[in-house]
Amino acid sequence: MKKMRWYAKTYVGAVMAFFYLPIAVLILYSFNESKSRSYFTGFTLHWYKSLFTNELIIRSLWNTLFIAFASAVLATIIGTAAAIGLSRMHKAAKSLILGFTYLPMINPEIVTGVSLMLLFVSLQGLLEAIGAAPFSFGFATLILAHVTFNIPYVILNVMPKLRQVDNSIYEAAQDLGCAPLQAFTKVVVPDIMPGIVAGFLTSITMSVDDFVISYFVSGPTSQTLPVTIFSMMRRKVSPEVNALSTILFIVVLTVLLLVNMADARREKAMNKRMGANSVG
Amino acid sequence: MAKKISLLLAVLLLIMPLGAAPAYADGEEADSLELMSPRPYYSQLEGQGVSINVYNWGEYISDGSDDMLNVNKAFEEATGIKVYYSTYATNEELYSKLRGGGAQYDVIIPSDYMISRMISEDMLEPLDFSNIPNFQFIDDNFRDPAYDPERRFSVPYTWGVVGIIYNTERIDPEEVTSWEILWDEKYMGDILMFSNPRDAFAIAQQRLGYSLNTADPDELAACLRLLQDQKFLVQAYVMDEIFDKMLGGEAALAPYYAGDAFTMMGENPLLGFSVPDEGTNIFVDAICIPKGSKNKLAAELYINFLCEPAVSAANGEYIGYALPSSAAIDLLDEEISGSPVAYPPQSVIDNAEYFSELPRDANLLMDQMWTELLSTDERYNRLLIPVFLVAAVAASILINVMRSRRKKRQKNYF
Amino acid sequence: MKNEAVIRRSGATQVLALPYVAWMCIFIIVPLALVAYFAFTTSEGAWTLDNVSRVGEFSPILIRSVWLAAVSTVICLVVGYPLAYIISRATGSRQRTMVMLIMLPMWMNFLLRTYAWMTLLEKNGIINRLLGMAGLGPLQMINTPGAVVLGMVYNYLPFMLLPLYSIMTKIDNTTLEAAQDLGANWRQIFTGILLPLSAPGIKTGVTMVFVPAVSTFIISRMLGGGGQLLIGDLIDLQFLGNAYNPNLGSAISLVLMVIILLCMSIFNQFGSEEEMEGILL
Repeated sequence: MKKMRWYAKTYVGAVMAFFYLPIAVLILYSFNESKSRSYFTGFTLHWYKSLFTNELIIRSLWNTLFIAFASAVLATIIGTAAAIGLSRMHKAAKSLILGFTYLPMINPEIVTGVSLMLLFVSLQGLLEAIGAAPFSFGFATLILAHVTFNIPYVILNVMPKLRQVDNSIYEAAQDLGCAPLQAFTKVVVPDIMPGIVAGFLTSITMSVDDFVISYFVSGPTSQTLPVTIFSMMRRKVSPEVNALSTILFIVVLTVLLLVNMADARREKAMNKRMGANSVG
Repeated sequence: MAKKISLLLAVLLLIMPLGAAPAYADGEEADSLELMSPRPYYSQLEGQGVSINVYNWGEYISDGSDDMLNVNKAFEEATGIKVYYSTYATNEELYSKLRGGGAQYDVIIPSDYMISRMISEDMLEPLDFSNIPNFQFIDDNFRDPAYDPERRFSVPYTWGVVGIIYNTERIDPEEVTSWEILWDEKYMGDILMFSNPRDAFAIAQQRLGYSLNTADPDELAACLRLLQDQKFLVQAYVMDEIFDKMLGGEAALAPYYAGDAFTMMGENPLLGFSVPDEGTNIFVDAICIPKGSKNKLAAELYINFLCEPAVSAANGEYIGYALPSSAAIDLLDEEISGSPVAYPPQSVIDNAEYFSELPRDANLLMDQMWTELLSTDERYNRLLIPVFLVAAVAASILINVMRSRRKKRQKNYF
Repeated sequence: MKNEAVIRRSGATQVLALPYVAWMCIFIIVPLALVAYFAFTTSEGAWTLDNVSRVGEFSPILIRSVWLAAVSTVICLVVGYPLAYIISRATGSRQRTMVMLIMLPMWMNFLLRTYAWMTLLEKNGIINRLLGMAGLGPLQMINTPGAVVLGMVYNYLPFMLLPLYSIMTKIDNTTLEAAQDLGANWRQIFTGILLPLSAPGIKTGVTMVFVPAVSTFIISRMLGGGGQLLIGDLIDLQFLGNAYNPNLGSAISLVLMVIILLCMSIFNQFGSEEEMEGILL
């Protein structure tokens, strides 16, 4: 089973072609001279140039990255703390809370978005009623919303790692004279660090690509990139959108390639150390 | 793992410098713009970090592409006030966003009937016309609008009529003299329709000879049936997506606004525009300030800026819509001010009807009918969903009970 | 006994979960309660069952959404299962490369990917033009339910692939080889070993495809022509669209949520929560 048979190869190839066909088209037409989506009239880079001077898109990209980073940090902190707290709870309380944790994940995004919108609007009404200064949809609402849907991913990434942590090492550290908190940070946290980092990266990913929830809770000053792209698509289309896709594609490709190479190098080092066959 | 993070951060850092990129599309320099109001008037809020949120139709302002004036940029340079510009596709969307969206806008540009509705629902701020001296350039016949009886809340922006845009290669001009052509089976799958209730119903009302402002449920129901009959001929319900589709030849026929038709005809000479004989809708879009705006003075400066003849003319040339100001029209290219598409003759105007606000019940009814139109065409029993839900609940309870019993049995087994 | 001592000693750590519990209450439970509140009141605040009963009128849309989502889910499963299997059997670097290639489109913006399909499927789009060169007539591809299904499959296939792949990597080759040595043919291996062992992955994958598919509103607008609304479009229409009615929109959202929760709980007989965690990693 080590070598792939020809039909397996063709199948994989066909699916990959299906995946990449639209992307190839997007990239191709980003170099199109005219605005037409169907006729390729000539090669030009001027859409890329106009993209870099498009203030709205740059600002949206900025907003997106900022919100992704901020919400991922918050979500990781709250989520990790929650996972640790949850792992020490009695089964009943734990399953109840975990049940609610999974809710935003299996709930359709549109319902989450709508519910958060209603929450913020009601909050606005409440603040107005008691005479306090009202807030407007913007960065605050976006970050709160993003943290809300990111925390479950952090918890789901950290909890399995916590379960694998050997309690005896924690106790051994304490027996050797560490205070509980020190034992915790020096022994347990490094152990679960892969889970924490995975949760953090997952949060950033989910945040950057989120459209539906951001659509419902964003304001005019804090549009994220997907929301901006959506409003661009509803109008006269400009190949600037294609140029943007191409740039995104290259960035993501680069990141994934780098991660891949790092993984490969690590696996080779591990194999050398173990000296055994690697599991496929 | 640490390597992964550092790689990710490195890439992010590479993108950061983009944030420092130059801000705007190149366009006509704002200095060459001849402004009627004096500079000190415009710079009264300079340096105070003021910003306004402008909410406008899509493709409805000159934004610097095709080497034309970038109105927002010019405004920012003249006043030092930052403009956050976003767009909506229909009046109803604007209304939804204002009512329930939680965002605060400072400048909006609704159509006539929507302005009436917003006035009666107390959603607009009265304007301080002493801050809008350029109102003097608005023509007399726009100064006493029916939709804003005391002329307190709005300043006209553009006006126009609705007509049919068609592909001259496939359709003869004689055929587009009636709205009936939109129901012609010869063009099945090649017809586009408005994706907003009032404009779509207006076409049906023209065909049936009703007033565009009828609130009679029977008449509205008849319109709905007519639109439903048309549905299988329609390629898609669109608003601004129409540009792409008509320019690219995806569709052959579409009702739309005259200004956009003019723009499209400029880009694709194969397109034609015609106003059917039965009559049509004539509209005025006007600039307002929604209630609760924190930057009213800045917003009024913006409105005043839009009324500058030079700015209005630049806008008119870019978006193609007719302007309510002769001073601005005089600055326009002959090609557009003399075009019967952009500036329809009096005969067309006389045969056209304005929208007015509908009573609340009629609005609700129309919303309902609109949703019904866009839903599927099959008819199912009303009880289907409740029955299905009850059955599903019963099934899930049953399965859960069976499952816990099975688990108990397994536990006993071991 | 030792575990209990540990638990009691670290009773204090339970408090770490408090910020999250508070957050959950404010941002998950309260909003959903608000949705329920809006669903059962009129715009003035009076209690009513009107909104929920009106949802019955939209049963064609509900059925249509569920149907299209189900079709898309099944296609994703059928296409994704063999692919996940092939990738999980591949060796080291090849496997890594393939996983990376699958994940790459997932990271690109979902709107842009759907938009790309518009370019391909239009009447004057690329596919039709290529067909035209071969002398075949233009096909009506865009603005059909088929296009919507295609868009859904395209966007959600990676969400089916990853859980399946994750669980298949845990199925050791030696198990399968042993079965072969004992004389089992492919069908027996599939139904007896592969299917039961990968069941949790199937369950997760189906959840992660069906739920977004049934509630999507962009794909239907861009590829479906706007004349065949799905539930997501309907909800969007009531909140930020052309028919502002947050009460009705909340009612529809409530019904949608209930339907999905029911589907999930029916499907839940295949596994426990711990399995779900592992798969998502």
